[in-house]
Amino acid sequence: MNPSRRTGLRATGSLGLYATLAALGLFEGRPVSAQTFNATLFQAKNLNELIRMLGGASAANSKEILITAPDIAENGAVVPVTVRSQLPRTEQISLLVEKNPDPLAATFQLLEGVEPDLRMNVKMAQSCDVIALVKADGRFFVARREVKVTIGGCGA
Amino acid sequence: MADPMKIRATVKDGGADVRVLMAHEMESGQRRDAAGKLVPAWHITEVVAALNGKPVLKALWGPAISKSPFLGFRIRGAQAGDVVTISWVDNRGDKRSDEVKVV
Repeated sequence: MNPSRRTGLRATGSLGLYATLAALGLFEGRPVSAQTFNATLFQAKNLNELIRMLGGASAANSKEILITAPDIAENGAVVPVTVRSQLPRTEQISLLVEKNPDPLAATFQLLEGVEPDLRMNVKMAQSCDVIALVKADGRFFVARREVKVTIGGCGA
Repeated sequence: MADPMKIRATVKDGGADVRVLMAHEMESGQRRDAAGKLVPAWHITEVVAALNGKPVLKALWGPAISKSPFLGFRIRGAQAGDVVTISWVDNRGDKRSDEVKVV
């Protein structure tokens, strides 16, 4: 048996474990502040400030992120939104509603095996852009889609 | 404890299509009651989805997720008989976990 090959395998094994634990947020000190529920992020009022806090200050626009939502949502309390990313190694997807009192709606960490294709319902206070901020292979990308809202969903 | 979730996990295109309906008010914290007082926010903050006990998706939610939240996603490589577990925690510390077999 080749001893260096054994060592190599062991090293890969422990690296894999570290990656898994890190992905689960068990290691502190990572720049991604969105590992556990963070009220500061979800109560941020300023959109640009929020995107900066999420780490996406220099996010590039991407056509590889597809947001599906109705052009006109009659009821702002339930707006179905699908976010699909075709970017390789998509690891995080955040959904923001531009003109909501608190723009951040949700952040998803994609661990092993889940496809970057998420469906959910969000509340929208008024007509504005829905923004998907995607982290893929360590870099941030962004896409927007306008949704017109007939009745705002703030009271819901 | 909150009512059980409705979870469907079906085999589709070499993976599992998972659809979850949770029972939760998801109070936004923006609404006022009849007396004009703000109703405090009450919402799910964390959701974890696991396949056979191994976490595959972790979500952090604000109050902008709609009442009775719906979540849909796909797990690559999941097969019939695999167990999908969904767990959530809300901002009052209430929690709920339900599981279903992929069919």
